[in-house]
Amino acid sequence: MSAPAFDPLLLSVAAPLAVALAIALGLPKRWAVKLAYAGFGVPALVALEVWLRFGAAAKEAHGYAFVTDYSTGLDRLGVGLKLGLNGISLPLFVLAGLVGFAAGLYAIQSKAERMKTYLLLLLVMHAGLMGTFASVNVFFFYFFHELALIPTFIMVGIWGGRDRTYAAMMMTVYLTLGAMLSLVGLIAIYVKSGATSFDLMVLRDTLASAQLGETTQKHIFGLLLFGFGILVSLWPFHSWAPLGYGAAPSSAAMLHAGVLKKFGLYGLLQIALPLLPFGAHQWSHALAVTAGVGNVLVIGLVTMAQRDLKQMVGYSSVMHMGYAFLGIAAGSVLGAGGVVMLMVAHGLSVALLFLLSTSVHRRTRTFDMDQMGGLARNAPVLAGLFVAATFASIGLPGFANFWGELPIFVALWDFSHALTVVALTGTVVSAVYGLRAAALVFFGPPSEAFARVVAADPPPDITWGEKIPALVLVATLLFVGVWPKSFSAGIDRALAAPPAAVVAIR
Amino acid sequence: MDFSTLRSMAAANPWWAIWPEISLGCLALLLLVVETVLPRSAQARIPLISVGGQAGILAALVLNFATPYRAAFNGLLMISPAGQLMRVFFLVSSILVSLMARRSPALQRAPRVEFHHVVLVVTAAMMLLVESRNFVMLFVALETVTVGLYILVSYCRANPKTLEAGLKYLIMGALSSALLLFGIVLLYGVAGSPGLAGRTADAMQYGGLAGFLEANPGNFLAAAGIALVLSGVAFKIGAFPFQIWVPDVYQGAPTPVTALLAVASKGAGFVVLLVLVTEVFTAYAWMVEPALVFMAAATILFGNLAALKQNNVKRLIGLSGVSHAGFILLAVVSSARAPISVGAVYFYLYAYLIASFAVFGVMTVLSGPDDTEQELGDYAGLAKQSPFLAGVLACGLGSLAGIPPFAGFMAKLFVFVAAFRARHFGLLVVAVAGVVISIYYYFGWIRAAYFCDEGPVAPKTAERARAGAGLALGIALAGLTAASVVLGFYQGPLWNWVSGR
Repeated sequence: MSAPAFDPLLLSVAAPLAVALAIALGLPKRWAVKLAYAGFGVPALVALEVWLRFGAAAKEAHGYAFVTDYSTGLDRLGVGLKLGLNGISLPLFVLAGLVGFAAGLYAIQSKAERMKTYLLLLLVMHAGLMGTFASVNVFFFYFFHELALIPTFIMVGIWGGRDRTYAAMMMTVYLTLGAMLSLVGLIAIYVKSGATSFDLMVLRDTLASAQLGETTQKHIFGLLLFGFGILVSLWPFHSWAPLGYGAAPSSAAMLHAGVLKKFGLYGLLQIALPLLPFGAHQWSHALAVTAGVGNVLVIGLVTMAQRDLKQMVGYSSVMHMGYAFLGIAAGSVLGAGGVVMLMVAHGLSVALLFLLSTSVHRRTRTFDMDQMGGLARNAPVLAGLFVAATFASIGLPGFANFWGELPIFVALWDFSHALTVVALTGTVVSAVYGLRAAALVFFGPPSEAFARVVAADPPPDITWGEKIPALVLVATLLFVGVWPKSFSAGIDRALAAPPAAVVAIR
Repeated sequence: MDFSTLRSMAAANPWWAIWPEISLGCLALLLLVVETVLPRSAQARIPLISVGGQAGILAALVLNFATPYRAAFNGLLMISPAGQLMRVFFLVSSILVSLMARRSPALQRAPRVEFHHVVLVVTAAMMLLVESRNFVMLFVALETVTVGLYILVSYCRANPKTLEAGLKYLIMGALSSALLLFGIVLLYGVAGSPGLAGRTADAMQYGGLAGFLEANPGNFLAAAGIALVLSGVAFKIGAFPFQIWVPDVYQGAPTPVTALLAVASKGAGFVVLLVLVTEVFTAYAWMVEPALVFMAAATILFGNLAALKQNNVKRLIGLSGVSHAGFILLAVVSSARAPISVGAVYFYLYAYLIASFAVFGVMTVLSGPDDTEQELGDYAGLAKQSPFLAGVLACGLGSLAGIPPFAGFMAKLFVFVAAFRARHFGLLVVAVAGVVISIYYYFGWIRAAYFCDEGPVAPKTAERARAGAGLALGIALAGLTAASVVLGFYQGPLWNWVSGR
């Protein structure tokens, strides 16, 4: 476990941080933008590289590859920067790399005010994201999450749209509460396991030989579920999400909704399920009903009622998180594997939708869908991309989302027939609002307001600056949709062991 | 007589054990002498002499850091690794206070040299305070600190708010000293009563008293004495319900003095409390622990809730300091059952020092001649006027809020782990709630500095922000910020240092 000369995972964290530091120390703007390309590009390249190499790479305990361990001087307390990837974290690491790259490119062409600060914060956020999913040590897993979270608040506060101050405050308070609860849960595992280590491998080995008591497991899992649940906008703790995403600048919304929000689900899958199988079983029914009825059905209907395009995308992301919770509650390898696929697929598609919404706003000068119409005539490529993103989000075959939702539904059928029906109803609901949004924005006759905008200044089609990040996301969605095995093989191997324990309990 | 004999004689001499305190005292006297000797034109350099002298003592202290446990003056004092930690703590604080005092506009028109003189005396007394293992020594050291602070708090006596603060601090300080003294007397009296087992004439000594309490674990008078002593200490650390003086005094005192009160004086109080709880009152844990649990919970909640609505930043930082006192109390309470707690207390104190002084430094630079009125609105648009000061402020507040990647997060983490180990789950819930509430007002401040472009313009503040912190204080602030970030990422050195490995 000695550190090799070249460590791709550390590089993916250090590169954005180094660029951010250079910008903070007063790099001129011209150079800042050029270096920012490197800051966003290096993690994406690293992500692709480790993805290609993962299958052949030497595996350590629990299927981790590329493991390196850097001491931060707290070895005695089991805190250290231990990086590595297994089948569950690899897809999310790749997701973080790609969405971060797209968000970075979109930010560079956005001509935001105070561009240097904007890029700096985005780079710190990106570094945090890469670090979160690459961390084997639970302490740094949490640490990097917070590192990514703080810039989000600031970005919403400075560059946000309507109600930005209120939205930033609300996000801050909600997400801090979620983070603190999950921190206490993680400390509980740390103390109760007796391992005196935050190292996930050590924790797994310790708890595999001596499970925690059932009541303890139930309490700790409850803490983690609430903590992580707030972070993933589990109903009824979701209200920060649409508001925050509605106000957030597009790149921040892409990174948060696309990647950072998956932290909670990832924590449940990677930490809570394998370490606390009994606790997971205890909570699964409550979670399934809350997520099924609350997130999928109620929020699905709320999404249908939205008139604001960005709010709608925000609500739809809350709704889709419901499927992920259902997959976790189903407690089978199939369900958990579906969740990982869905996290990747949803991350890509929701980031794409936020990107395109902002591009639509730039042309229509409004997010109000009743004030739009017929944009496809002026911007056919944008329309095509938007429709593709909508199809992906609904979960049509051919896109990655399909391979996320299908296994979840199959796994859910074994768990509860009624909830499966609810979930399937949800897909119809999401088809309704998705397609209606596409129709309202791009097709049909233009509204009076939009006709005036067109007459005054005919909107151009999507520019290359916007197109390249969008194409990166669409291409990945299609690639995974056509060849899901590229991800699912690793996920299967990683999942085969732990949730089997859950199945055994059931 | 050769050199090594001299050295061994020095090592055996008890006075040698307190060389940092003696050096500080000599330095304080030197400042007064220099003032009369130097021509008026050169007197502006005197604060620099003070800072340089303290830096020299600090360097000598760090070089001779390793020390065995060693009682001095027949057990009046105990020189220990923890005591060394606090010596460094107080010296760093006083150096930063001296640097801030040089820049503080409010202190420019007051006599300068005496200020630095008193700061040095107070610092030396605080060192003696945490080293004392005898109630007489404790009281004398405490009074030296407190009398010095009376002077410092009301230093700008032309300002009515400052006078008010001075008066309040005087009355409250006297009250707390009286409580403490009454408690000590009760303990001494009851420990000497001939009818009780384990009676001792040596009850002023911590060890003697601890032996007596061990033999009489349920004595009412002793319990009352302990309660009074704890109340007296609680005044010093500003714990609920003895925190009422905090907002007014913090607001009225000159900003560098506020920093001294908030960090050094509070730190001293906590170490005294920690020593009393872990070494002396152990037999009365049945009473001390519930009392401190209640105090910690109430302190966290009160500090945070009261800080929510503050508009004056000095009151805000004061009340947030109350909540930090609650967090440290949480670690103190846990010390009986979780050995990690003692390290957590020291780590928290150091993280708090680093973060607080960053914030106080920015406050000093931006404060006007009227030091008591510093509103959140004055910070509007600070990021545009001075990105450096805004960055220092944001990192300091982030660390106080306990957010990664700052040292404050590690401090909170250690406290939480300690509380969990000690099974104080209820307190943990309160602490989590406290952190969430505190985010609200800390971010309110950061928001004022960063987000309010169109907010009320504060032309005078803007001018001062552009003028900057000056070289010495600027370097100190940059160093504090860097320390805060580095200790967040690479926590080992400080933790290993404070936990004594």
